[in-house]
Amino acid sequence: MTDAPLTEIPERVKPSSDALLAKPRRGPRDNAQVIRWILLFLGGVLMVMPIAYMISTSLKWPHEVYNVNLIPDEPTLENYTYVLEDGRFYNWFWNSLIIATLTTISNLFFDSLVGYTLCKFRFPGRTLVFIAILSTLMIPTEMLVIPWYLMSQQFGWLDSYWGIMFPGLMTAFGVFLMKQFFESVPDDFLEAARIDGLNEFQIWWEVAMPLVRPALAALAIFVFLGNWTAFLWPLIVTNSVEMYTLPVGLSGFGDEADVAWELIMTGAAISTIPTLIVFLIFQRFIIRGVVMAGLKG
Amino acid sequence: MAELALRSLTKAYGQTEVLHGIDLEVADGEFVVLVGPSGCGKSTTLRLIAGLEDTTSGAIEIGGRDVARLEPAARDIAMVFQNYAIYPHMTVRKNIGFGLRASKLPRADKKERIAEVAEILGMTPLLDRKPSQLSGGQRQRVAIGRAMVRDPAVFLFDEPLSNLDAQLRTQMRLEIKKLHQRVGTTIVFVTHDQVEAMTLADRIVIMKDGHIRQVGTPSEVYRNPADTFVARFIGAPSMNLIEGRADGARVALASGGEIALARGGGDVLLGVRPDDLHPVEGPALIEGRVTVQEPLGPETLIYVETSAGEVIAKADGRVPPAVGSTVRLGAAPEDIHLFDRQSGLALA
Ligand SMILES: Nc1ncnc2c1ncn2[C@@H]1O[C@H](COP(=O)(O)OP(=O)(O)OP(=O)(O)O)[C@@H](O)[C@H]1O
Ligand SMILES: [Mg+2]
Repeated sequence: MTDAPLTEIPERVKPSSDALLAKPRRGPRDNAQVIRWILLFLGGVLMVMPIAYMISTSLKWPHEVYNVNLIPDEPTLENYTYVLEDGRFYNWFWNSLIIATLTTISNLFFDSLVGYTLCKFRFPGRTLVFIAILSTLMIPTEMLVIPWYLMSQQFGWLDSYWGIMFPGLMTAFGVFLMKQFFESVPDDFLEAARIDGLNEFQIWWEVAMPLVRPALAALAIFVFLGNWTAFLWPLIVTNSVEMYTLPVGLSGFGDEADVAWELIMTGAAISTIPTLIVFLIFQRFIIRGVVMAGLKG
Repeated sequence: MAELALRSLTKAYGQTEVLHGIDLEVADGEFVVLVGPSGCGKSTTLRLIAGLEDTTSGAIEIGGRDVARLEPAARDIAMVFQNYAIYPHMTVRKNIGFGLRASKLPRADKKERIAEVAEILGMTPLLDRKPSQLSGGQRQRVAIGRAMVRDPAVFLFDEPLSNLDAQLRTQMRLEIKKLHQRVGTTIVFVTHDQVEAMTLADRIVIMKDGHIRQVGTPSEVYRNPADTFVARFIGAPSMNLIEGRADGARVALASGGEIALARGGGDVLLGVRPDDLHPVEGPALIEGRVTVQEPLGPETLIYVETSAGEVIAKADGRVPPAVGSTVRLGAAPEDIHLFDRQSGLALA
C-alpha cells in the first residue's frame, strides 16, 4: 500500500465546526454503496426466507402451520421425532442417497470421458456428434417423461432404481461442461504422457482428469443436487412406497385429506444435510488455475 | 553409424505439404539444432521423430531401426516441451518418475534412477515439492529430468528455453550444454533463436518453408552460408547484401564502388557482415552518411545510408564517426561473400 490513505484519512476525520452540527455529508459514492447494501440485503432475505420458513414450520404444531409467524408460539421437536421414527423416511433417504450418488459417479465418469474425446481427438463426424448431444439440452424433461415411461414399461424398468436413474446417467450439460474444461488442458501434457508410454485411457484418467478437478467438483455438486431434489420423473416411474425417493415420499406425508406441512418441512430440513455435506466436500476442489501451475511460470 | 536418420521425410496436413523431403543424419552423441523462422516446420519435424504425428512419406530410423510406424513410447526417445508439461498435481519426484511409468524396471532400480537424475540436475532437495512451488528454471529442469530417467537413444527438445527470461535462458543454455557433455546422449533441439543454435550445436540445420537450406557446424554456416537466406538468418545484425555485377576479375557495385574478386559472374549480391565492414581511409567498397549510432562498448554499430540502401558497419567504440558525417567503408576480400542474384545461392 502507498501512504496515500494515511494522508487522506486524518483530513476527513478532522472535526470541523459544521461536521459537529450537521450529519456527516454523504457523497455520491456513499449513496451508491448504501443502495448496493440494501439490494444485497433484500436479495439475501429473499434467499433465506424459504429456508427460514422450512425450519420454522418444522418446529410448529400442526394447528399453527398456516400462521405466517416465523417464530413458533410453542416450538416443538415432536415433528423430528415423528419423522425419524417413521421407518419410511430412512427408506426414502437411502433410495435418494443411492440414486444421487450412483448418478453422480456415472456422470463424472461418462460426461468427462465423452467431453474429453470430443475435445482432444479429431475424427470424422466429431462436430455432428457434439451438436447432437448439445441439441438434447433444448428438449424439456416434461416432453421426455412419456417416452421414458413407455420405454421403462417395455424394458420392465418401472419401479426400480435403474428406472429412476437411467435418464440422468449421462447429461448433455455435463459433457458440454467437461469438454469446455478439457480445452484448458494443453495438448503438451497429453503428448508428454503418450511419449512416456501411457495408453489413451491412462492419459485420460491419470493426466487429464486430475487437471480438471475443479470442473469435476462443480459437476458433482450439480448432478448430486439435481438428483437429490428430482421430483417429476421419480414420481412417475415409482409405484411402491419402498421405491420412493425422498422428495416423492415427503410430498405424500400426511393422509389423503390433509397435507402435513410440518412433517414435509421436517423431512426437507433433514434432507438438506447430505447436500450440505456434498457441497462442503467438493467446494474446496473448486479452485481455479490449478491447470496453469504446471505450465510456464 | 547414424543414431537418427531422416530419409525424404514429407508431411502434409490435408492438401498442404509443410515438409518437402527432409534428409538428415545425426551421429551418435551429436547435438543437432534445428533453427529457422516461425512456421518453417521445425516442430513438425520433431513431432514426426517423436511419433506424435504420422509421416506422409519417407523413413525415420533410430538406432538402425525404422520407427516410422511405431508408437512414440516404442521409439526410444524422450521429449521436452516448450511449456514443460510437468503435471501440477504431482510432486517433483512423481513427475520425474513418470518417465519410467511404463518401464518394466524393478521398483528399487527406478528409485535409484530418479535419485541419480535429481542429483545430476541439482533437484534433490526439491523432490517433494509441487511444480507450483518451483521457479521457471527449476520446472524446466524437472521436465528435462523426466526425459533423462528413461535414458533414451535420442532427446528431443522443442524450444525448451523460450518461456524463460533472458538471463535464465543463458544459464539454462549452458546447463543443457554441460548436461550433454556429461551424459552424451544424442540431442535434436529446436529453436528459432540463432544465438541459441550457434552456442549449443555441434551441427546446425537451417530450415525454411519446409526445406533444409543448410546443414553444418556453427562456424561453417557462419563463414560459408549456402545462400542469402542462411547468410541473413545466421549472425546478428544480419549480413549486408549489396547488388553488383561480377565479371570474373572484379565486382562492380550498383552503388559505384568496385572490388577485385576473381569469383562468380553476372548479376550478384555481394554480402558482407557488419562485423567485417569498417570505416577505411583508402579504397572503399561503399560510402554513405551515418544515420544512427549504436554503442556496444568496445565497438559501435553505425547505420549508413548509401545509394545502394542502408548498410550496417562496425566502428571503433572510442572514436565512432559522428551521425551525419560521410564514411567510406571497406572489407577484406576474404570476408566478402558472393551470391547469385537470381537463385540466391552462394558462388564459390
Ligand atoms: N495440425 C496442423 N494442421 C495444419 N497445419 C499445420 C498443423 N501444424 C502445423 N501446421 C503448419 O505447418 C507449418 C510448420 O509448422 P511448425 O509448427 O512445424 O513450425 P515451427 O517451425 O515449429 O514454427 P515455430 O517457430 O513458430 O514454432 C506451419 O505453416 C503450420 O501452419
Ligand atoms: Mg514450433
